Amino acid sequence: MSNNDLIALAATIIFGALVSGSPLLFATLGEILSERAGVMNLGIEGMMLVGAMGGFAVWFHTGNTFLGLLAGMIFGGLLALLHAFITVSLRADQVVSGLAVTFLGTGLSSILGAPYVGKAVPQPIPVIVPLLDRIELQQLIMVLIGLVLAPAIWYYLNRTRPGLNLRSVGEYPSAADSLGINVYRTRYMYVIFGGLMSGLGGAAMSLVSDPGWVDGKTSGLGWIAVGLVIFASWDPLRGLWVSYFFGLLRRLPLDLQNPALPLISTANNPQLGRIMDMLPYLATIFILILGSREAMRKRMGAPAALGTPYIRGERGL
Amino acid sequence: MPCSNLIDRFLGSGFMSEPQNAFEMHDIVKRFPGVLANDHVNFSAQVGEVHALLGENGAGKSTLMNVLGGLYMPEAGGIYVGGQKASFHSPQDAIAHGIGMVHQHFMLVPSHSVAENIVLGLNRPRFFLNLSQVEEQVIALAEQYDMKVNPRARIWELSVGEQQRVEVLKMLFRGAKVLIMDEPTAVLTPQEVDSLFHTLRDMTRQGHTIVFISHKLDEVVAIADRVTVLRRGKVTAAGESAKGATKAKLAKLMVGREVLFRVVKKKAQPGDVVLSANGLTTNNDRGLPALRNVSFQLRAGEILGVAGVAGNGQRELAEVLTGLRRMTSGTAKFGSDLLDPSTHWQEIGQRLAHIPEDRAAFGSVPSLSVAENLILKSFNRGPIAAGWSINSTAVHQNAVRLVDEYQVATPTVETPVRMLSGGNLQKTILARETSGHPGLMIAVHPTRGLDVGATESVHKILIDQRDAGAAILLISEDLDELLSLSDRLAVMYEGQIIGEMPTEGADIQKIGLMMAGTKVEG
Amino acid sequence: MNLPWKSYRLRIETRADNPGWMGVVSSILGVILALVVGGFVLRAAGANDPIGTYREIFKEGFGTLKDWQAGIFALLTNTDCPKGLLCFGPISDTFVKASPILLTGLACILAFRMKLWNIGADGQMFMGAWAATGVAVFLLPKDTDRTVMLTTMVLAGLIAGFIYGAIPGLLKAWLNINEIIITLMLNYVAYKWLEYFVVVGPWSIGNFESTGRFAPSATWPRLTEYSKSIPVLAGLTAHPGIFLGVIAAIILAWIIYRSRWGYEIRVIGDNPKAARYAGISLARNIFLVMGISGALAGLAGMNEVAALRELTGHFQRGYGFTGVIVAWLARLNPLAAILVAILFGGLLVGTQLIQPQGIASMLQGVILFVVVGTELLFRYRFRLEKITPSAVTSAPESSNVK
Repeated sequence: MSNNDLIALAATIIFGALVSGSPLLFATLGEILSERAGVMNLGIEGMMLVGAMGGFAVWFHTGNTFLGLLAGMIFGGLLALLHAFITVSLRADQVVSGLAVTFLGTGLSSILGAPYVGKAVPQPIPVIVPLLDRIELQQLIMVLIGLVLAPAIWYYLNRTRPGLNLRSVGEYPSAADSLGINVYRTRYMYVIFGGLMSGLGGAAMSLVSDPGWVDGKTSGLGWIAVGLVIFASWDPLRGLWVSYFFGLLRRLPLDLQNPALPLISTANNPQLGRIMDMLPYLATIFILILGSREAMRKRMGAPAALGTPYIRGERGL
Repeated sequence: MPCSNLIDRFLGSGFMSEPQNAFEMHDIVKRFPGVLANDHVNFSAQVGEVHALLGENGAGKSTLMNVLGGLYMPEAGGIYVGGQKASFHSPQDAIAHGIGMVHQHFMLVPSHSVAENIVLGLNRPRFFLNLSQVEEQVIALAEQYDMKVNPRARIWELSVGEQQRVEVLKMLFRGAKVLIMDEPTAVLTPQEVDSLFHTLRDMTRQGHTIVFISHKLDEVVAIADRVTVLRRGKVTAAGESAKGATKAKLAKLMVGREVLFRVVKKKAQPGDVVLSANGLTTNNDRGLPALRNVSFQLRAGEILGVAGVAGNGQRELAEVLTGLRRMTSGTAKFGSDLLDPSTHWQEIGQRLAHIPEDRAAFGSVPSLSVAENLILKSFNRGPIAAGWSINSTAVHQNAVRLVDEYQVATPTVETPVRMLSGGNLQKTILARETSGHPGLMIAVHPTRGLDVGATESVHKILIDQRDAGAAILLISEDLDELLSLSDRLAVMYEGQIIGEMPTEGADIQKIGLMMAGTKVEG
Repeated sequence: MNLPWKSYRLRIETRADNPGWMGVVSSILGVILALVVGGFVLRAAGANDPIGTYREIFKEGFGTLKDWQAGIFALLTNTDCPKGLLCFGPISDTFVKASPILLTGLACILAFRMKLWNIGADGQMFMGAWAATGVAVFLLPKDTDRTVMLTTMVLAGLIAGFIYGAIPGLLKAWLNINEIIITLMLNYVAYKWLEYFVVVGPWSIGNFESTGRFAPSATWPRLTEYSKSIPVLAGLTAHPGIFLGVIAAIILAWIIYRSRWGYEIRVIGDNPKAARYAGISLARNIFLVMGISGALAGLAGMNEVAALRELTGHFQRGYGFTGVIVAWLARLNPLAAILVAILFGGLLVGTQLIQPQGIASMLQGVILFVVVGTELLFRYRFRLEKITPSAVTSAPESSNVK
């Protein structure tokens, strides 16, 4: 293979990773903000699914991809609203509520999405780009949105007042409360934001990165996002890297089917593919073990109040 | 009054020698369920002074300051700032009037920087945080008061003294003219205390007013210009000059009264030494010394009361004696057993009763029934245990007997224990702990939050146990309770037993002095 | 919570009284509400007759009265099931579906009793299935006596599940790592582990994602095997697996309510500090409870694999999560779990043929939401309180009043 060919191959693989990782990135970014506010939402899978299905449906009836993405966001946000109500207002357990969201989202998307299975998908709009030759415009836009969103969210989180308030609510809600910050409203906002982003991720999948709707479209991506948030140490910029990295991992079995790469080609080594599939999850466990000591945890950045409902006047955070 | 205010404003406060009040509190009444914390209290502080607020546990000092700081709203009375009546619905309101409070428990986000903590909750800047600008402002502000601070440091990296400084700066940054400090030296090392006092004097020189809540007479005399003493919600001394007052007089104002001897008891017949503590030394959760070389002996059939303002090591003493905290040095022997976290507590627990400070968190299992709570210490032995299972008949019978004996008011013995009132919960715990005729009892604040009837019951149970030969260590914030129940009294201050005496004929003024830090003979 | 457009405030206080029946009511309410909401969703999806759909589901899952009558009659007279009727068919299928659900439900009940959030029952089940398959296909020769084979498979399932559950247990006991994420992640590791063996690895036969049929000795005996002597049992796939679950439920109930160890578990789950004070070992119990919880789920896996008679790459995921719901609905009572599992079994069987698929999942989600919500409504008293000046700030709960 000539050098140019190699570079082109590498570029294709990288772009493939970016495309594959973008939906994951959206969901991860949303959950990062939600958890930074102190609320864990295990319902990402459900929110992504309703976003994927709802977005696809709206596109199907309007022909407008942007409307589809917007609709996906809104559906995800609605499910998140439910989670927010139960966990913030009713102070219920966040784990169970999140699981319920997943069940609900999975079921709703399956039932309401049945008529859209296997239907025609959005037409890709080709665009010529150096190094990569022909790629889809929609995919390019999606990748760019992600590349812009992550640093923007980082900046919001670390350099603006609302971001400071958000972080304080997740670390030490009673201190924030005593300084006049509305803990409940803050948590509501960012849980819903997490839902909007997860819904966007789902719609991005069914409309852009992997067009089409089938039952269970996201096939567990939402659960990976839960682990990615930890893997990314709750930092949006790291979230960028880990999401794309996992996008790469997901695509690798496909990419490596190129027999020109005999040693690591998974066409020749299907077992390798399965082992590699395990990596994201094992990696998350590994990170958690590393972070089990207090000192590490401080550096890792787990929000101190994550998972505990806020009750004014109660001891502790 | 308005006239002199006008003149002051035109000519500046330095010109007129007549001191101005930074704020005035008139006739404040604050009630909580079962207790009148502030009983028509008048309190004011002058601009540029350090005014100490003195009192023992339960005197109402923190409550009063929480009212001033905007955390509580009084049932009656008013606050006047600069002559105008002000009504504080929140700490933000108080700050808007220039009054800021530094609590004992800091409200700082550990993983954030100093600058971020200082700027949290402010209105400006609105959106974009220009942190480098804030950092410069913080440094400038700190220099104004001769404080050193690194605005970029994370809170968890700072020492306690430095963290306190951040809290102070937080208030100053918001324009606080009056600073309320609640027991600020409780968590500081001696050097940090000096540093704090230096800062406070600097601040008063620049026109700030400091209200300094404390129970430590030495410090009060060292730092304060004037002192106000509260006792049981009322003012016993208003704005006395600190220079002129003697410690003895202040102590008397703090604790002096007719002690209500609530309990009639026989004279104690102390037997052998049951508990001997030697050189107990340990640190508290923050790593600061909490117990310093504490030694004492406790005999069977007597009650040793431990007096002292909360936070002087009493909690750590109880924890060390019940195996919840490791000693850094020293030994405690219960009979022939060493008391230590690694001791066989299930075994020792049969002979050592612990009435914990926090009955809900520690002493009981809320969702389990009364009967099931009563077997918490005995479920692994017969007759309750039967092989692998628990003999439910035995459990039931045991419960019925104890509930009757200790007069626990509960619908049934199967009722979940969290539905019991505080007093009945305490009686349940006592029933469980004392039914095994323990040789040693460690009771920590046993009647906190209980009504009169429940308190009487608990006292009776304690006396009965003592008469039956138990050795009881009674830690309490209620001086009356200690004086009426204990046979001997030890006073703790800053982790040491600063004095020990028989309760009969004890001089309450001396006790007050000891509680406030002065070693007194006898 | 300040509703900004009103001068009211939501005040939440713990209820003092809390009769046990409230829990049952909230569970039943949950199911009813779920059906109602589900009805609306079905309407939206174009199904015109939600109640009819529900009736279909019930029929598929439990059979009609006629079916039951005919079945009992046929049993007593030892004749065939009349044509056109299903006799015990539906209920038999329901029991088959219910057994793994019951076991994972029990696994969750045990763990939740100690406030250990084992969401990894699915993965533990997969590992149990894997181990049982290993015994059936590779370890023991095909002509091993059925009892021996099945017993070994049971043991394999239990042990594999125990180990897989003990891993997060140890991590929690030693390093205090949150078990939620670990068990979640381990689910996926288990899925892939199984896939590796069955789809692409040493266990797959040819290009099929399957181990191939097990030897008859490695499968549960089914009712249909006795149809020669009892004709009405023809075609019924019900097997003793359900009894494993029922026995496990009874044992678990005894453990929790009557044994000393169960007392320890309940104390730890309610107040770990009091447990420590009573000298109860937290670490040992975390390890044991997570391990046994995993073992129960592993048993569910063995149960499935012995019923399906082969292990394929399509081994059903999700039983572990259904177990979570069963545990909640049953209010952590093992005996109630039997009923709930049968109900869910019926639900799953009944919705198998209904379009659109996903009803079961949606209903489960709604049930969980409603149960969680109503439980809180019963545990706390919600009051709208007008904001008056002296009510603005609340008094502290402890009397740390100075």
